[in-house]
Amino acid sequence: MSTTTAADKHPATSASKTARAIEAARSQGRAAFVGYLPAGYPDKATSIAAAIELARNGADVIEIGVPYSDPVMDGPVIQQATTEVLARGFRLPEVFEIVEAVVEATDAAVLVMTYYNLIDRMGAEEFASRLAAAGGAGAITPDLIPDEAGEWIAATDRHGLDRVFLTAPSSSPERVEKIVAASRGFVYGVSVMGVTGARDQVSDAAERVVAAAKSAGAERVCVGLGVSTRSHVEEIGRYADGVIVGTALVTALRDGGPSAVAALTAELTGAGASR
Amino acid sequence: MSAPAEETQKYRDHEGPYFGSFGGRWMPESLVAALDEVERTFREAKADPAFIAEFQRLSRDYTGRPSLLTEVTRFAAEAGPARMFLKREDLNHTGSHKINNVLGQALLAQRMGKTRLIAETGAGQHGVATATAAALMGMECVVYMGSADTKRQALNVARMRLLGAEVVPVDHGAQTLKDAINEALRDWVASVENTHYLLGTVAGPHPFPEMVRWFHQIIGEEAREQILSMEGRLPDAVAACVGGGSNAMGLFHGFLDDPEVALYGFEAGGDGVETGRHASAITLGRSGVLHGARSYLMQDEDGQTVDSHSISAGLDYPSVGPEHAYLAETGRATYEPVTDAECMASFEMLCRTEGIIPAIESAHALAGAARLSRSWGEAGEGKIIIINLSGRGDKDVETAAEWFRLLPGQKNDPVAETDTAENGADGPSPAPETGVQA
Ligand SMILES: Cc1ncc(COP(=O)(O)O)c(C=O)c1O
Repeated sequence: MSTTTAADKHPATSASKTARAIEAARSQGRAAFVGYLPAGYPDKATSIAAAIELARNGADVIEIGVPYSDPVMDGPVIQQATTEVLARGFRLPEVFEIVEAVVEATDAAVLVMTYYNLIDRMGAEEFASRLAAAGGAGAITPDLIPDEAGEWIAATDRHGLDRVFLTAPSSSPERVEKIVAASRGFVYGVSVMGVTGARDQVSDAAERVVAAAKSAGAERVCVGLGVSTRSHVEEIGRYADGVIVGTALVTALRDGGPSAVAALTAELTGAGASR
Repeated sequence: MSAPAEETQKYRDHEGPYFGSFGGRWMPESLVAALDEVERTFREAKADPAFIAEFQRLSRDYTGRPSLLTEVTRFAAEAGPARMFLKREDLNHTGSHKINNVLGQALLAQRMGKTRLIAETGAGQHGVATATAAALMGMECVVYMGSADTKRQALNVARMRLLGAEVVPVDHGAQTLKDAINEALRDWVASVENTHYLLGTVAGPHPFPEMVRWFHQIIGEEAREQILSMEGRLPDAVAACVGGGSNAMGLFHGFLDDPEVALYGFEAGGDGVETGRHASAITLGRSGVLHGARSYLMQDEDGQTVDSHSISAGLDYPSVGPEHAYLAETGRATYEPVTDAECMASFEMLCRTEGIIPAIESAHALAGAARLSRSWGEAGEGKIIIINLSGRGDKDVETAAEWFRLLPGQKNDPVAETDTAENGADGPSPAPETGVQA
């Protein structure tokens, strides 16, 4: 299943766009800020404009979520947004166009976040090739575990793309090792046992998740799920290499458009004050 | 039971995670530890005589096993040349085969120290069975059910509530079984510590397909023994309806390595596969991943799941258990669609000829078996088909009453008179205004 061809090409950090973006933040003495928005929400042009605002206001990495009919890892806010996008007739190639437009307009590393059947249907090789051609940095795959990822690992190796796997509070040490070894770019530390959605507090599991991944050799671990305030960002930034915000940004986009995304991103990154 | 000591047990002992290229664990990492725990507990329990004894005791004294094997001569005579026997899972406590798997998994949940059961349900039969086991074992129970299904199976919603379960209607997506599974998975990710997700069919991530089959295998084992003692020989074919595929897998399992026994699975054909409004994932034959398994999947060009359609809530699912995908691919079993109209004609025929009201799910198997019998022509004389009557139809009386316009004020216009003949029952629903479909 898994590849042998690319063992030589990969751990070179500099080849990973996402790694470079996270390292750049680190060299400024801060954790990277990773912002999530769904592709095509509320429409294609606005979703591009909102993603550009993310970057302008301090996001180092941008996740473009691909709307999917069965998003089992998403809570009500993101579900509602992506369901709306699908209802208006969204087609998959739109994602590559959005990625390309955001890559052209910003310096951020742009990843897609996608459930695996969308990759599977197109074919891992074709999906990776189109994502790379659009200038995308790689993909986060919330329902793909390394055990099933042979084709995806081979395809991302061939196209020099990052592939981000998730590690959870419930992951055993053996699994964390497997996840860290399979990931490229960063490892996504799930802060809490649950689905996406803004939460009042950062789970105390998050720090343990990061420590476990680091002791398994991870160079970069970003933490997400439930992060919604500047104080969460600061708290997580003390032990993680990056902080991922999704639902709070989607809510801002829903209620106030790209300018609300800009304002919230500036607040979360502290961009107004320190940069 | 006494399988002939053949050394070529190709299919029977097949374990997960993979069935050919199907199966696996296409799941969020957060749930992998829980799946490992379920798998470990299942393997230990299977090897523990005390667990087996307890499962057998409940199956006998609570479920009422063994279930009967009933020859249906009047139905068979109207259907075609072959003889037909029904495996009477409808006579189980709670009214369907679902209870077999539920009791097994509820015992495992206890063994793991879990105090809460969650489940998805389509027709409501699996939800009722889960609520029943939770009541019996003193566990908390939450059942997710698409809101379209809560309407067409309202009586089962009331049954679950009577049994002390919380029923949560799921409003997103197609509001049917697949969306109920999504919601149950979201619950489970956040609650694994004290909760077992009691998945109701042979789908989902490893170890569910293998484990659910194991708890249902008794259906095929009993049927095999019963037909051998009644007729002194194996059947020529066995037939079952296929939603996720649990009742079919349970029946098939007893005959998988008897090549002379043909295995037939009947999928929900809805308005006809050519209309796009159906639930025949195997017939379409597109591989994909959904709800933790690689299998055949109804999906569009982009990989988005396509909503399924069936008059039967229990078969209204756009994928199918991975072992069925494997049996279809290897050719060991044959899968064919049965339309709503064909199914309802057989539903009516069994009521009228045998005094048995089947679940609409099971009526798909009856219709498929009738078609098979006819297709044999004279060569079918003396052949034997065992059909899994997976559930009873009490829950479906309202849907049937609307379909056949039997309610006061409706014109009594039985479809049977116009549609039972040959296989000309492919037309559009005779009563599309029933409002039972999403
Ligand atoms: C009576 C009955 N038969 C069959 C099914 C379909 O499930 P499966 O394909 O897993 O047997 C259901 C599901 O609700 C059911 O209630």
